Amino acid sequence: MGEEMTESTGGIDFEDEDASGVIKKFMFVNRKAPYGTIYALESLEVVLISAAFDQDVSLIFMDDGVYQIVKGQHTKAIDVKNFSPTYRALEGYDIEKLYVEKESLDQRGLTEDDLLVDVQVMSSAEIAKIMAEQDVVISF
Amino acid sequence: MKLAIMINEGVYQHQSTDSAYQFVKAAIEKGHEVPRIFFYHDGVYNASSLTDPPKDDRNIVMRWAKLAHEHNIDMVVCVAAALRRGIKDENLAEGFRISGLGQLVEAGIQADRLVVFGD
Repeated sequence: MGEEMTESTGGIDFEDEDASGVIKKFMFVNRKAPYGTIYALESLEVVLISAAFDQDVSLIFMDDGVYQIVKGQHTKAIDVKNFSPTYRALEGYDIEKLYVEKESLDQRGLTEDDLLVDVQVMSSAEIAKIMAEQDVVISF
Repeated sequence: MKLAIMINEGVYQHQSTDSAYQFVKAAIEKGHEVPRIFFYHDGVYNASSLTDPPKDDRNIVMRWAKLAHEHNIDMVVCVAAALRRGIKDENLAEGFRISGLGQLVEAGIQADRLVVFGD
């Protein structure tokens, strides 16, 4: 593996690569609960890397994925790192388009006030429309 | 069309890696290009040289290596996901390389479509 690899760019040397210049719409679809499987944590790692590429990034939380951004997560008893504060740091990476599916909140008895970041709550029909406008959709 | 592939599940337990293989093979046969396959989550197990299935079963790891060699596919394994799961240079199967998540984002930018195979 390359010695030159850095945390922030994930193995890409921007000076040598031709990846710069193109801006695509990247959407990350988060559908799974934050703990129980590693999908949510590793999804967040991809999101943070994508920020280094100056792409048009958005995140959707739906199904059990809405639990990823619920306030008041305590994970000490299961001996797993509570990574939920990282969602609050996304703003600092210029990742500000966070969408939540209204139906998923309703089904789980949650409201926007239960969430630890500012989001846009949208119907599944509205989300389908935004999804159709994307260049790259990665679902976890 | 230029297709990038992302594989998020491991070998044998889950069909997604078989589906991905069949998809890549069919796409190439139809004249599409597959410049890069990116392995993430348990998908990194596709790159373990320690994999040793029964003789009457498909060998998923070697099957990838053969396809990649024949069609010049860049098969990239995420370093963070790999280290978590015990995949290192010393047990990395032929045809794969370990690198960072930037390779996935780059593939998404450069390809016409990024096709994700997962749970």
